[in-house]
Amino acid sequence: MADLAEITKLIEDALPGATVEVVDQGGGDHLAATVIAPQFADASRLEQHRMVYSAVQARLDGGEIHALALKTRAPEDV
Amino acid sequence: MSSEMLTMTEEEILDQIKNEVDGNRVFLYMKGTPEAPMCGFSNQVVQILNHIGAEYGARDILPDPRIRQVLSSWSDWPTIPQLFVDGKLVGGCDIVTEMFQAEELQPLLGSEAS
Repeated sequence: MADLAEITKLIEDALPGATVEVVDQGGGDHLAATVIAPQFADASRLEQHRMVYSAVQARLDGGEIHALALKTRAPEDV
Repeated sequence: MSSEMLTMTEEEILDQIKNEVDGNRVFLYMKGTPEAPMCGFSNQVVQILNHIGAEYGARDILPDPRIRQVLSSWSDWPTIPQLFVDGKLVGGCDIVTEMFQAEELQPLLGSEAS
């Protein structure tokens, strides 16, 4: 089981200024995150996802999160 | 194939991965096979590739847990599936789905074939 508030904070801390929404898609370990971050401005989708994954790497490795579906974009795209 | 894999060193596994990615314009690492995906995320990418009509090679990472470890540390991507095009990682299920919906994947996969 993952603590959604903690996962949200991990991502926010890694990407200051980001808007982060994490929801449980079922079972408590299949999560979905929407992240809008200024750091994404010049990054490809691949790089954007890598930034988010690296923020929660320990939770993925530890098995608290089994799957993390991501939607990422830079604020300008809104 | 699986018993053969288990006798390989990690270095040999990495060489095989590089050969697969370099030798196939489109290559997918997945759980299960395109005919029998073992995971919803892998299945979704297979469905998209089939829908587009892309020709692709695929490798099931389940027979030997080291394949996934070696692959992820080489590609710097933590999850399966992983789709490679022209030797480069495109992404996993989310990115492939997003690119398909934005109609960015079709030209990428069709640019040489057409």
